[in-house]
Amino acid sequence: MNPLVTTDVLVIGGGLAGERCAIEVAAKGHDVMLLSLVPPRRSHSCAAQGGMQAALANCAKAEGDNPNVHFLDTVRGSDWGADQEVVRIFVDQAPSAVRELAHFGVPWTRVRPGKNSYFIKGQRVEIEEPENKAGLIMHRDFGGTAKWRACYAAAGTGHAVLYAVDSEVVRLGITVRDRTEALALIHEGGRCWGAVVRCLRSGRLAAVLAKATVIATGGYGRIYGQYTTNAVINEGTGAAIALDTGVVPLANMEAVQFHPTGLMPSGILVTEGCRGDGGYLLDKDLHRFMIDMEPQKQELASRDVVCRHMMQRMREGKGVETSYGPHLWLDLRHLGEQHITTKLREVHEICLDFLGLNPVRDLIPVRPTQHYSMGGIRVNKDGHAYGMKGLFAVGEASCWDMHGFNRLGGNSLAETIVAGRIIGGRVTQFVGENSLSVSTSLAARSLAQAGQHIQGWLERAGSGPSVYAIRDAIAETMIAKVGIFRTGSELEQAVDELYTQLQLVDRAVLRSKVPGMNPELTFALRLRGFARLALVTALGALERTESRGAHYRSDHPARDDAHWLRRTLARWPQGVTKPMLSYEPVGLIDLPPGHRGYGKAESIDMKESIEDYNATVDAAWRREGAQETIESLGARMHWGAWRETQQPPQHKRAS
Amino acid sequence: MNKDSQKAGRRLRFEIFRYNPEDSMSRPHLDTFELVETPYMTLFLALHRLREEQDPSLQFDFACRSAVCGSCGMLVNGRPRLACRTLTRDIAQTIRLHPLPVFKLIGDLSVDTGTWFRAMADRVESWIHAKLPFDPTAQEARMDDDLAAAIYEGERCIECGCCVAACGVANVRPNFVGPAGMNRIAAGMNRIARFMLDPRDERSGDEWFDVVSSDDGVFGCLGLMACHDICPKSLPLLEVYAFLRRKMLAAALAPRSRAQL
Ligand SMILES: Cc1cc2nc3c(=O)[nH]c(=O)nc-3n(C[C@H](O)[C@H](O)[C@H](O)COP(=O)(O)OP(=O)(O)OC[C@H]3O[C@@H](n4cnc5c(N)ncnc54)[C@H](O)[C@@H]3O)c2cc1C
Ligand code: SF4
Ligand code: SF4
Ligand code: FES
Repeated sequence: MNPLVTTDVLVIGGGLAGERCAIEVAAKGHDVMLLSLVPPRRSHSCAAQGGMQAALANCAKAEGDNPNVHFLDTVRGSDWGADQEVVRIFVDQAPSAVRELAHFGVPWTRVRPGKNSYFIKGQRVEIEEPENKAGLIMHRDFGGTAKWRACYAAAGTGHAVLYAVDSEVVRLGITVRDRTEALALIHEGGRCWGAVVRCLRSGRLAAVLAKATVIATGGYGRIYGQYTTNAVINEGTGAAIALDTGVVPLANMEAVQFHPTGLMPSGILVTEGCRGDGGYLLDKDLHRFMIDMEPQKQELASRDVVCRHMMQRMREGKGVETSYGPHLWLDLRHLGEQHITTKLREVHEICLDFLGLNPVRDLIPVRPTQHYSMGGIRVNKDGHAYGMKGLFAVGEASCWDMHGFNRLGGNSLAETIVAGRIIGGRVTQFVGENSLSVSTSLAARSLAQAGQHIQGWLERAGSGPSVYAIRDAIAETMIAKVGIFRTGSELEQAVDELYTQLQLVDRAVLRSKVPGMNPELTFALRLRGFARLALVTALGALERTESRGAHYRSDHPARDDAHWLRRTLARWPQGVTKPMLSYEPVGLIDLPPGHRGYGKAESIDMKESIEDYNATVDAAWRREGAQETIESLGARMHWGAWRETQQPPQHKRAS
Repeated sequence: MNKDSQKAGRRLRFEIFRYNPEDSMSRPHLDTFELVETPYMTLFLALHRLREEQDPSLQFDFACRSAVCGSCGMLVNGRPRLACRTLTRDIAQTIRLHPLPVFKLIGDLSVDTGTWFRAMADRVESWIHAKLPFDPTAQEARMDDDLAAAIYEGERCIECGCCVAACGVANVRPNFVGPAGMNRIAAGMNRIARFMLDPRDERSGDEWFDVVSSDDGVFGCLGLMACHDICPKSLPLLEVYAFLRRKMLAAALAPRSRAQL
């Protein structure tokens, strides 16, 4: 690549969110350059197995489903942490997003009319699928939803969707630079103009100047080391370079989702679909403890609830002890060979290949494992970052915020496509109205800075720690003290430990100085951001003295709507040693806070009325740097529409 | 765990191909390392340990470490495999690792499969050729579930390149779409078959003819099926080729509309 390149739109990240966004922009005739650490099809989106939520209501168990029910499930799932307008936009557009993917070629599993046999709550059930739905897109059950809603392509939904979307990228002739990493944003006076990038083939630097820049770099589960289902490339550089600007906030970083069924010892995910299809969780005595804990939802309660019961079980000594620590069992045997080798084929293969176990006969060792980052770069509903014109974020890297404190299974694939499309549209409009009026000297300065940073690493010698030792220390702190159960004192220790590691970054020494991409240097360049993300996460968790969704404080077990119906924003001003936290309202409230229908019910009520709360939102967001949106605040709300659902709502009044 | 105490402690010997094209001092050679085997050790784990503990300059590629992303194809004792899914306990004590042939070498065990597959996708126009644009207000077109399942079968290719590396023809003929291409035409052939099967793709047999029936396509293939045996996703490449040959023969015998193209 030339050392200086220009384009209309720079999209950093070639997973589903980045690609769908790029398609929208390119289809309107704008020039797009897409960057990815790996060939786009190898992005972590390909690993999603389970499904993608959209209320098409195509099968018998989805009857009566509609966007309103999806809205209810999502807001409840978020433990009221979500922006309800964004949820509304999302649920309304998810159906057409799924259909569009069919158009792109995704081989969705279809409705088979007549008698079908399913497993529901562990029982084999025969259900008649109506003839008039034959061949429409099928749904499966996924944790935390009232209806079967997850659309899926056998056991490889993410793979099939990513290949179809990438085919569109190829068809449109979009410029893709794989093995290229964004190292820093080029910005000045609150306006972003592209990024400094490094080629992971040659190690060479370049500046890409763009009218608009989109960060779509996915999650950053690797701050939890091995205890994550995320790919090894999910190291959070995208969120980190936004934080590095000093003005763009990361939101709700303490909202980290754990998945109940990470495989021991590698962390590889065993899909939610296993429990959706009727899999059991067993303790070391082979007892199905979820029946006692959650008589209604059993294994299908939302992820945070299931994870906590699992951890509790292991803390009570009911885990199976091994040299890797304790685990529980996932039992699929009763589903039968036919079902396991077809509908759950990937799970079958993973167990055989990575453990030498056959789930048709054997129990699968699992434990809760970091899975999804609800937090991320704070953007408004157009995807525009707070505090930085021309910078957008989409997908798991962003906090758009439809997930609040807990994402429902299947909602994030759907988010990548829905948000990619919408935000792609906003970006298109933005580049239509703006020109590339940036001085090349800014690019040269940014490039020189990155060059010096690298030089610094190459020149530093002596006996400092290795970059990998720092990484491992961070991960140990995160899993031990910023995991599923959190307490004030442990979080304080965590914050101290992470500060120490952050300071060590500047003393770390490379042992290899080979020319080219140099894998050790490549990681070293991510390390400071990695440490900062961990620290911001721990600090957010320490300050949030309540329990909400996936954030569980044993010392503050109640959800506190009086004080904490707020989103954490973390900024790291340049030249300062500590991040700054501030808070904003979660957004307009339509569905009043209530009980989620599973998990513990303890909560402290809001003090003000919903009307008063809603009246503060606009000004508070602006104070935090929210950009002007194309449509006004609340334009997409369907006030009260959730009341039309057939489900009798179980809400207590938030008076 | 049940087999927690499996043969831990074997001393493994690694012989790894090394060459860094970015380093003018570097020459292709083999380096030797030793590592004590631990339970459930995969090549993913072993290579990271070698890099982090013994030689930080060692280049290789992993992303998902769960055999779904296709990043980690390499020759393990001469056979193309996914390294992340290779348990050391299943292979000999001496483990020789080479990069996949055919693809451009980036460094050590890392090769440029991304560029190859993008070029293949461009060549076989690996996307649905639909005549009508998407209608956001319409219900989805119906499809029989058996057909959806059959398309998914072909779609399972992860573009790891193992079949391409195994293929004698791909090794000598640069434009050969390769077994992977044939799957899309098997990961080229495979790709093509996948789109031919899909009713949403409106390309006629004739439109396929050029790519598929040339010596760069299915008729260039020697049919020795090295690819079929190697595919880590067990794609039925054998059947894919039979399907493609049948289709192409049918297209060759049908009255020509190709002249109009
Ligand atoms: C194992 C697993 C299973 C899942 N299953 C489901 C499911 O069934 N249903 C569901 O809804 N969700 C699921 N999820 C979540 C969902 O897959 C992800 O949230 C979603 O795919 C994220 O997409 P993305 O486009 O935001 O990011 P990704 O797909 O992670 O893409 C990130 C992209 O950014 C690039 N990148 C990163 N940093 C840089 C940089 N500095 N410079 C340049 N490029 C960069 C990467 O190369 C990559 O292309 C699952 C997640 C995991 C881990
Ligand atoms: S059967 Fe054909 S495509 Fe497969 S390895 Fe042999 S020559 Fe290559
Ligand atoms: S056909 Fe099989 S071996 Fe070939 S690229 Fe695809 S998955 Fe890999
Ligand atoms: S690392 Fe993804 S297939 Fe091996």
